[in-house]
Amino acid sequence: MGVTLLLFKSIIQKLCRKLKTVIKGRIFIQKKSNLFNSRKRIKEILQVAPFLFPGLILVTIFIIYPLMKGFQISFYDWNIMPGQSSEFIGFVNYKRAFNDEFARMALRNTVLYGLVTVPGQIILGMMTALMINARIRGRIFFRTLYYIPVVTSWVIVALVFKYLFRSGGGVINYILKDILHFIPEYVDWLQNTWSAMVAIMSLGIWKGIGWSMVIFLAALQSIPAELYEAASIDGATKIQNFFHITLPLIRPTVVFVLVMLIIGSFNVFISVFLMTGGGPMNTTQVMLSYMYKQAFSYFDFGYGSAISFILAGIILFITLIQMKLLRQKVQY
Amino acid sequence: MKIFGKFLLYIMIIFVALITVIPFIYMIATAFETFTYVIPFPPRIIPTDPTLQNFIDAWKSNNFQLYFKNSLIVATITMILSLFFSSLTAYAFARFEFPAKEFIFGVMLFTMMVPGMISLIPLFTLVKSLNLLNTYTGLYLVYVSGNITFQTFLLRGFFEEIPQELEDSVYIDGGNRWTVYRHIILPLSKPALATIAIFSFLGAWDEFFWALIILKDQKLRTLPIAIALFHGQFATKWGLIFAASLIAIIPVITIFVSFQKYFVRGLMKGALKG
Repeated sequence: MGVTLLLFKSIIQKLCRKLKTVIKGRIFIQKKSNLFNSRKRIKEILQVAPFLFPGLILVTIFIIYPLMKGFQISFYDWNIMPGQSSEFIGFVNYKRAFNDEFARMALRNTVLYGLVTVPGQIILGMMTALMINARIRGRIFFRTLYYIPVVTSWVIVALVFKYLFRSGGGVINYILKDILHFIPEYVDWLQNTWSAMVAIMSLGIWKGIGWSMVIFLAALQSIPAELYEAASIDGATKIQNFFHITLPLIRPTVVFVLVMLIIGSFNVFISVFLMTGGGPMNTTQVMLSYMYKQAFSYFDFGYGSAISFILAGIILFITLIQMKLLRQKVQY
Repeated sequence: MKIFGKFLLYIMIIFVALITVIPFIYMIATAFETFTYVIPFPPRIIPTDPTLQNFIDAWKSNNFQLYFKNSLIVATITMILSLFFSSLTAYAFARFEFPAKEFIFGVMLFTMMVPGMISLIPLFTLVKSLNLLNTYTGLYLVYVSGNITFQTFLLRGFFEEIPQELEDSVYIDGGNRWTVYRHIILPLSKPALATIAIFSFLGAWDEFFWALIILKDQKLRTLPIAIALFHGQFATKWGLIFAASLIAIIPVITIFVSFQKYFVRGLMKGALKG
C-alpha cells in the first residue's frame, strides 16, 4: 500500500494537467473531429482493443462501477435480500450520520488520529532521513531495518502492539512503571478510550516512519552538495542549512508526503479492528471500522455507504487542496 | 567536537533502530517461550527455556498448513494475473494512439486516489450478485483490478523509454504488435516487472479485509484471516499466535531483503519523477 501512495505525487501532477485539458474542452473537440472524420480511428481502436480492453473492462467493472453504485446505495434504505426492492430515501442516511453520536465520535477519532500520526511520522521520518543521509556506516542496513515495519502486515503488527500494551505486566507498562517510574501503577491501555487511542496512534506512527524516511531520503539525495559547500563558506550553521536550503528545496516532497499521510490516516482500520474492536462502548471507532460495523454486523448497507462517502468527500477535499499547493512554484 | 557529534548521531540512529525492532524482538521472544498459563514477568528478551514447541503446534494446528498454501496460491496467481493485465494495458497506453486516450488514462489515475475501502459495500453486492462469494475468483478480480491502475501508470512510463527503433526493426522483419510486446517490451522491462511482481505478491499475501468479508468457508481462509482468528480463539496463547505470525512474516521479509534493489528502485522512481 505504501508504495501505491508513493506514486501519487506524479499522478496528481499528471492529473492536474489532464483536468485542465478536459476543462478547456480540448479532448472533446479532438474526439469529435477524430471520430467522425476518419476510418483510421476505427482501425486504431481495433488494433489496440486486445491490449487495452482486458484491463479497462476489469477497472470499469470492479473499480468505477462500484464507486458509482456505492454513491447510489447511500441514498437508499438498501435491502440486501435478493429480489426485494430497496427504497429511495434521499439524504436520510447522511442526516442520520450527522446526528449519530457514535458516527461523530468515529469522525473525531479519525481526525485526531491524523492530527497526531501525520506530524509524528513526518517529523520522525525527516529526522531519520537526515541522520541516515549524513555519511554514516551501515546506511543501507539501517534503511532496510527502518523499513521493515512498513512491509509487515497490519494484522501482525496490530497483534504485536496489542501484546505490548497489555494490561498488567505488559512490556509498555513494565517499561513505564518499573523501569522509568513514569506512572504510579499499571494502565489498562486498551480498556480506556484515551489510552487505547494512544496505543493505536503509536502503532500508526511506528509503522509509518520508514515510509516517510525513504521518500525524504530520496529527495535529500537529489540536492546538489555544492549548495551546502557554498553555504558553509558563508558560515551557515547546520540548522540554518536545513531551514534555508534543505526544506525549501524538498518542499514539494514534504507536501506530497503530508497529503499522502493524511489520506492514509483516514484509512486507519485494521489496527482499531484488532486492538480494541472499537470498544469500549464504540468510543474508539474510526470511520471505516464504524462503516464496517454498520454494513457487516447490522447489514445496514445504505447507512454504511453514506459513512463511506462522507469519508470520500473529506479525502477529495484534501486532495484538491493539495493539487493547489503542488502547483505553486517553489520560491527561493 | 566533531567526533562527539558523530557519536551522538550513532546513538540516535541506534535508538531509532531499537524502537523499530523491540516489538519484533518481543514477538520472537514470546514465540520461543514455553507455554504456561502465566506470561513471564518481568518481560524478558531471552526465554529461560527456549522451545520450538509453539512453531510446531502452530504449524500443525487448525489447518495452518492449508492456510499457508492458500495464501501462497492466492498471492502467486494475483501476481501472475496482475503482471499480465497491467503490462498489456500499459503497452496500449505507451505505444498506441486511440480516441480519448489521455482522458481514459486520467480517469484511471483518478480512481487511484480513492481508497478501495470506500467501495467495499458495492463491491460486496457486486461479487455476491456474480455468485463469487466464497471463491478465489472473487479475490483475484478485485485484487488485480486494484493493481492495474497504479501498475499501468508505472509501466507506461517505463515502456515509453524503450527506444522506438528497436520495435521498428521487428516490424521490418515481419513481426507484429504481439511480437514486439513479447520479444522487445517484456524482456527489456524486467526491473519494472520485477517491482510490480513483488508488490502484487506481497499485497495479496497481506490483504486482510476483503478476504475476511468474502471468504466464509473455513477451508478457503488465507493467513492474515487465520492469524486474526487464531488470536480470537487462543487469546492468551501469545506464543502460539506469534509463532504463526512469524511463519507468515518469513516470506515477506525474505522477499523484501533479497529484492531490495527493486523495492528501492521502484520507490525512488515513483518519488522523484515528475
